[in-house]
Amino acid sequence: MHIPDGYLGPYTYIAFWVIMIPIWYYAGKRLSAELKSRQVPLLAMAAAFSFVIMMFNLPIPGGSTGHAVGGAIIAIVIGPWASVIAISVALVLQALMFGDGGITAIAANCFNMAVAMPFCAYYIYKFASGNVVITSSRRVIAAAVAGYISLAFAAALTGFEFGIQPLLHIGANGLPLYMPYPLSVAMPAMILEHVLAFGFVEAIVTALIFSYIQRTDTSILFGDQSRANRNKSNKPATT
Amino acid sequence: MEKIVKDFAKGLVVLIILAPLGLLAVGETFGEWSNEEIHEKLGFVPQGLERLSSLWGAPLADYAFPNDESQTGAITAYILSGILGVAICGGLLYYVGKKIAKN
Repeated sequence: MHIPDGYLGPYTYIAFWVIMIPIWYYAGKRLSAELKSRQVPLLAMAAAFSFVIMMFNLPIPGGSTGHAVGGAIIAIVIGPWASVIAISVALVLQALMFGDGGITAIAANCFNMAVAMPFCAYYIYKFASGNVVITSSRRVIAAAVAGYISLAFAAALTGFEFGIQPLLHIGANGLPLYMPYPLSVAMPAMILEHVLAFGFVEAIVTALIFSYIQRTDTSILFGDQSRANRNKSNKPATT
Repeated sequence: MEKIVKDFAKGLVVLIILAPLGLLAVGETFGEWSNEEIHEKLGFVPQGLERLSSLWGAPLADYAFPNDESQTGAITAYILSGILGVAICGGLLYYVGKKIAKN
């Protein structure tokens, strides 16, 4: 899902830089306003986890490969805005140092995997969990579904960005200048392999880590009630 | 350090060690072809794609050492990439996070 340099034409990659700069700015502001000391190791490990989980390439029948992103469990644990920063850091490093994803495409890749994916995952998880207790098994299912759908959503966006290139950029000789395949090829290709294969990996990874957190320490979860209560009880009474 | 943070850190170490399993997946990724692969598919390389694709030379492109085709080299480079990635991502956000965090 890492778009390399050359696949997106300037209209698209510049548009994503224009979209992403204010998003990064706002996410940074939120982080510096809300980040607690206790959450710092989680933020750091979220970026590290996202980096390393994307190294696990999996083969699928048909000769293609892909990987999970970790964006769903990260969003559930540290919240969607902190996820923007954590996953973006991993993606920028992958592009600069390892050539995984292009330099011009950094903003587009960050939009797909560090914005669209964690926000999609977080709200699916929240909606599907309803008001059940934090240790409920329904939340494990909700987390898994969030992982599955959010990865497919990010893949669909990537397919869309690929697929509009032949519409935007055709050379004087009538040949495409950037990604040559149209929407009718790029969208199904990107969606299918993630719906049929990598989405399940993302779902399993999300569910395993989530259920581990349920058994160990739910107070680390973003917006968790037990933490809110604990903070409340720590505060001296005002009346 | 909290127990869960320690456990996550251990998990990251295990992931780095197991990362070379990701090398077992041979094959292409849709939309991430090399110029040669594109040429094979289409019979030409789109002009803009060709121009932009050489824009940046990453020092450890594809998580591999340049000009080292050996299997040991590939595994070593992959683990080293995992260590670098985890150390740089984690280190950077830990450092910045500590600076901006409110107690």
